Amino acid sequence: MSATVSPVREPLVQGGKTYHQITEDLISPTERAPGKEWLAIFGISALLAGVMVFCIIWTIWVGIGSWNLNRTIGWGWDITNFVWWVGIGHAGTLISAILLLFRQKWRTAVNRAAEAMTIFAVMCAGLYPLIHMGRIWLAIFIFPYPNTRGSLWPNFNSPLLWDVFAISTYFTVSVLFWYVGLVPDFATIRDRASGLRKRVYSFLAFGWTGSAKHWQRWEALSLVLAGLATPLVLSVHTIVSFDFATSVIPGWHTTIFPPYFVAGAVFSGFAMVQTLMLITRRLLNLQEYITLGHIESMNKVILVTGTVVGVAYLTELFIAWYSGYIYEQFAFFNRALGPYYWSYFGMMFCNVISPQIFWSAKMRRSIWWTFFMSIFINIGMWFERFVIIATTLARDYIPSSWSYYVPTWVEVGIFIGSMGFFGVCFLLFTRVAPVVAVAEIKSILKTSGDQFVGPIRAHHNEVMEEYHEAEAHGKVYSSHHHEESH
Amino acid sequence: MGQYNKDIVFGLYNDETELMHAIKEANKDHLDIYDVYTPFPVHGLDPLLGLEESRLHIAGFIYGAIGTLTAFLGMTWIFTKDWPIVFGGKPHWSVPAFIPITFELTVLFAAIGMVVSFYTVCGLGPGVENPILDKRITDDKFCLAFDTHHVSVEQAEKFLKTTGAAEIHNKTI
Repeated sequence: MSATVSPVREPLVQGGKTYHQITEDLISPTERAPGKEWLAIFGISALLAGVMVFCIIWTIWVGIGSWNLNRTIGWGWDITNFVWWVGIGHAGTLISAILLLFRQKWRTAVNRAAEAMTIFAVMCAGLYPLIHMGRIWLAIFIFPYPNTRGSLWPNFNSPLLWDVFAISTYFTVSVLFWYVGLVPDFATIRDRASGLRKRVYSFLAFGWTGSAKHWQRWEALSLVLAGLATPLVLSVHTIVSFDFATSVIPGWHTTIFPPYFVAGAVFSGFAMVQTLMLITRRLLNLQEYITLGHIESMNKVILVTGTVVGVAYLTELFIAWYSGYIYEQFAFFNRALGPYYWSYFGMMFCNVISPQIFWSAKMRRSIWWTFFMSIFINIGMWFERFVIIATTLARDYIPSSWSYYVPTWVEVGIFIGSMGFFGVCFLLFTRVAPVVAVAEIKSILKTSGDQFVGPIRAHHNEVMEEYHEAEAHGKVYSSHHHEESH
Repeated sequence: MGQYNKDIVFGLYNDETELMHAIKEANKDHLDIYDVYTPFPVHGLDPLLGLEESRLHIAGFIYGAIGTLTAFLGMTWIFTKDWPIVFGGKPHWSVPAFIPITFELTVLFAAIGMVVSFYTVCGLGPGVENPILDKRITDDKFCLAFDTHHVSVEQAEKFLKTTGAAEIHNKTI
């Protein structure tokens, strides 16, 4: 098996791990008390989550008037944050589904955490449209059921309703996919535990035995779920972009939105995965599983998607000019040079220019640069949504209703707080479930462990040595030389 | 799960290559293997054990098709029969606008249906406690089990010993 591994491919599991050592390394964080660093970060996150809860209650109690939205700018930080959080979720599905279809083995180290990130990010995202309704107790009306005022149904032609279906399907499928992967690992925890802990994990592990037939079905299921999740993840952000693209607002009504939103979503999602993985691998000592090679791979995705996003920005500008449509032209002129010019240039700098440093392998493999860039990109992607939403609305068709929007403390509190809520969820996840998929890492050990890839590298060096020797003696076996000698 | 107890003789191997070799030997000797348990999906195991390809994807297709029909026919009925409303002068039966929801429900039905089917056919589920032969099977041991109704205890033990099982145990499940 190991003979098929390319000698130039980096090992994905370092430290000469045995199967048992993998179990120890990945399960033990769930078995011991959290460290000081974890507690500190958890405390801060919990505090911020409390701020979110307070600000949400304030919003519901006082009403949506506690936000600075007005007749001109009806969508502000709330929808910006909604799109931002949904976008972040996309990297998790991309890693676990699309990379599974492409048989990328490096996904095994990050898929579990990335899927968890997806679930928590979608939870944060779903919050915003709900509280934006103002009267949240009427949220039941978004679901299709014949209500008590006659058989009046929701409008199935509305992209906002498509969003309801897309986000709830996405959330459900992500949770299922994640849990199906977790069951065998919960069984591993169960078989190491005793007492109440054993009872809890027995329940969670669903009676998993590791039977060959179960594994076979499990793999079939994972593959089909990946096949379903792949178009699903593309559809979700496509539909989110339809919220804008199907409107008649200049600057929103563009056909480029779906691919541009999806690329942006993957871009920001990978940045968030980097932020989380760099913290997690440090907190839980996972440097041998989440290696520099993994970080580099993800930085390559960031570079590609960041560049796609950059091309989309420029295409938008070009088409605005080329269309000859003055309202479209004004919308883009206003984005770049209007009252919100700072967010436009922030977006351009963070999303398009700064990721270009990842053309350098040294930068891709630098932990500090990666961490710094991951934060930077998330700020940039937040700016992108803000630019699309707020700057476009601030300057509508009637100059007399032009407006400028600054959030209130309530809106800021909800956003900052939602990051805390996300942090609380993610940190709890690192305590109760293995952050790296244990069974999946074991399944790639023989082809990607450094002790298995290592010998082949030695063989590679041997061959190269022979080659250089032959070269020195003028006996190089290249086809070019063969042709010459004939 | 069964009503009657099974007396199992099983061997634990330290590596999947040893397990695969043992299964090949068992096939040669025409020994009836009860089951094989591994900590992770071992590739190449299915053909050795003569496992047929899972039909889960066929079930998934059917669930998906049910989702497609539910969404599309549901919206069609609602907007043409149950409560027709004109939105922006568009036709009641505005097919392109139904596609996103139809797609989402296809995926939703397929995913939920397959996951439920998977756990049902495997006899797994919340709170289910299947007998565990050895706790280290979910860690680093590869288990080959014989049912003593089909293979005698002596024969099984001898076989496990000669194929290099690190440990041999009996258990009634």
